Amino acid sequence: MLQFGLAGNPNCGKTALFNELTGSTAHVGNWAGVTVDRKEGTYKSKNGENVGIIDLPGIYSLSPYTPEEIIARNFIINDTPDLIINIIDATNLERNLYLTTQILEIDCPVVIALNMMDIVEKQGDTIDIDGLSSILGVPVVPISALTGKGVDKLMEVAIKTASKKRDGKSILMNSPIKDAIVQVQTLLEEHNIPHVVFNAVKLLEADSISLENPLLSDHKDELKAVLDKIEENDIYNDVEAIVADLRYKFITEYCSPRINRKRAVTELSTSDKFDKVLTNKFLGIPIFLVFMFLVFHFTFSESLFGIEGLPSPGVFLQGLAESGVGIFSDFVAGLLETAGASDWVFGFVIDGIIGGVGAVLSFVPQILCLFLFLSILEDSGYMARAAFIMDQIFRHFGLSGRSFLPLLMGFGCSVPAIMGARTLENDRDRKITMLIVPFFSCGAKLPIYAMFTAALFKENSDLVVFGMYLIGIVTAVICAIILKKVVFKDENAPFIMELPQYHCPRAKSLILLLWEKLKGYLFRAGTVILASTIVIWFLSNFSFRLEMVGSGSAESILGVFGNILVPFFKPLGFVNGNDGWKAVVAILTGLIAKEAVVSTMGVLYNPSIGGDALEDDIARQALLGIIAVSFTPASAIAFMAFNLLSVPCIAAVSAARAELNSKKWTAFAILFWICTAWIVSFLIYNIGTLLGF
Amino acid sequence: MLVSLDKFKPGDKGTVQKVTGEGAVRRRLFDLGITPGAFIIHRKTAPLGDPIEINVRGYQLSLRKSEAESVLIEKE
Repeated sequence: MLQFGLAGNPNCGKTALFNELTGSTAHVGNWAGVTVDRKEGTYKSKNGENVGIIDLPGIYSLSPYTPEEIIARNFIINDTPDLIINIIDATNLERNLYLTTQILEIDCPVVIALNMMDIVEKQGDTIDIDGLSSILGVPVVPISALTGKGVDKLMEVAIKTASKKRDGKSILMNSPIKDAIVQVQTLLEEHNIPHVVFNAVKLLEADSISLENPLLSDHKDELKAVLDKIEENDIYNDVEAIVADLRYKFITEYCSPRINRKRAVTELSTSDKFDKVLTNKFLGIPIFLVFMFLVFHFTFSESLFGIEGLPSPGVFLQGLAESGVGIFSDFVAGLLETAGASDWVFGFVIDGIIGGVGAVLSFVPQILCLFLFLSILEDSGYMARAAFIMDQIFRHFGLSGRSFLPLLMGFGCSVPAIMGARTLENDRDRKITMLIVPFFSCGAKLPIYAMFTAALFKENSDLVVFGMYLIGIVTAVICAIILKKVVFKDENAPFIMELPQYHCPRAKSLILLLWEKLKGYLFRAGTVILASTIVIWFLSNFSFRLEMVGSGSAESILGVFGNILVPFFKPLGFVNGNDGWKAVVAILTGLIAKEAVVSTMGVLYNPSIGGDALEDDIARQALLGIIAVSFTPASAIAFMAFNLLSVPCIAAVSAARAELNSKKWTAFAILFWICTAWIVSFLIYNIGTLLGF
Repeated sequence: MLVSLDKFKPGDKGTVQKVTGEGAVRRRLFDLGITPGAFIIHRKTAPLGDPIEINVRGYQLSLRKSEAESVLIEKE
């Protein structure tokens, strides 16, 4: 099967073209070791031919600096695709062609897809396509990825072009630095280095990847001699600048005249007019905050726009999902009863599987809701503006303004927040954001605070809950700064960002993206989350002799573990006394979902009174009484802080695992969360105790 | 007279003469079209005073003042 690589600038419509070409065959993964999407799919031509399409990360250049650029470059050089489709935004020709001039230097057939032709035509501009094609020396096909116009023609030309070998050619061959390129090229040819033209130019630029090419390792001295000799001539002391300059000069001189523009470049477009308001000096921040509010309002509000009884789409759908799980659970319970299932089978199926996975599944609507809004803001071009507006605040924590929305989402649910980190500009920001997202107290942690404030802080419960949120935010800020200084200290991420034209988000792209995320989440729910739920259920209901015991009781395996772990938690204050292990078990069951902390405590701290402590009022009062004497104010806050900051629920951990795509990074994340939680709880308990709480 | 881009006010324009600095940042400026000879219009400053938005080669680009400092421009 033929393999085509899809290369182009960010925001040039590459994703739209990829979706148009591959439709439902697309598969999204990660490039090894980085949080960058690797999308693959198959194009089926009208003649029944299949072509594998690989979507390379959006890049501006083939320089050796960002992971995206390195990935794209290594793919083109090492994986030798049969052809590169270089997609170009026709409304932004100059900058897009800059990458083209580099791609053309590689020994690989190239076809140029001139995208957004519909917009060009609408603006009344015309482009001399044949002229452009003859200057660049490769076929140019006008398309509109949005409407699908020209896409079949593009593939027809591409399949035909792929059969012919193509040697890299450089536009720099008509420039003053031609002699230097030829000298390096001659040396590379002598040693049979592939992609001579491309590598010759990169070596002149002192490009670190080309210099470290293993094929060159035996000829380093020879190469150095040639390069040193070239550098003796003064014009070669800043080749990077000269080459970039020559590329742009070539484009403005030969390519730009191929466009016949009706409107001056500097004139304001509709998009610019939008921008005048949305990034306005006074309105910019208020508008941004209103957008953020609306996202949450539509996802979590019980009464939309203050109308009593009208739930937001998020709440409404979650209600549906919950009742769906409930009906299913009752139905299965009925079946089991008729079948005369034993107690442990009943507990295993209803509490273990359906209870655990059901809790995770009932969050799906709100997760998708949040993610949909994030994608709309991203797709429309607004997120780049959000970064522009908020950058001044976020840069101090080593993050860009784009982190704001994913982090804010963390208050709702960590899962979409972690998935949303994908929209950030660079790998470092994505990783830092994922690591600190769980510190933004999610909805499921609220019941824990509610229980403790009812037991210990009746007078000022609002203050304590607010304090917990604040502890999370402050910890996140401090950790972001530390991570930036310690873990990611070598990676400087310049904030030089394109502000793409606003456009209406494409329904097809949004649906495909949501489906992709939903699929991933459901897959994890059915595998990792299901398995973990079963394991935790088993550990908390069985003793080491494999006898079924009371859920989470001292004899259960989890209870025994809890006892073993008590010394680890001792300095945090909340495991003092004989009941200490119960708090540990509660923390462990919180891994399924953070609400489980409350239900576990309900069972463990209240064994003497029958009735469900969470529903029966008398039992509840008794439970609160026991908690009030088991914890001091300081140890209660330390306990809440530990639950807030420690490893989030399994759904969030598995989302992070999928996004980080690295065992090493996932292990680091888990360790990081445990350490942070321990240190903060330790400080809270000891300082609190010193102050007499 | 050469002025660095961070000193520009909204509406100011001019032609890039030189890009100082080194490494990844400088290369990125080049890659995005800020090379000697490029014509730049300062569009606006973010509500909190930084970063800035410019128009270069027909599109909008946002960069921090600390990075704009290395772009030297012959102001019109």
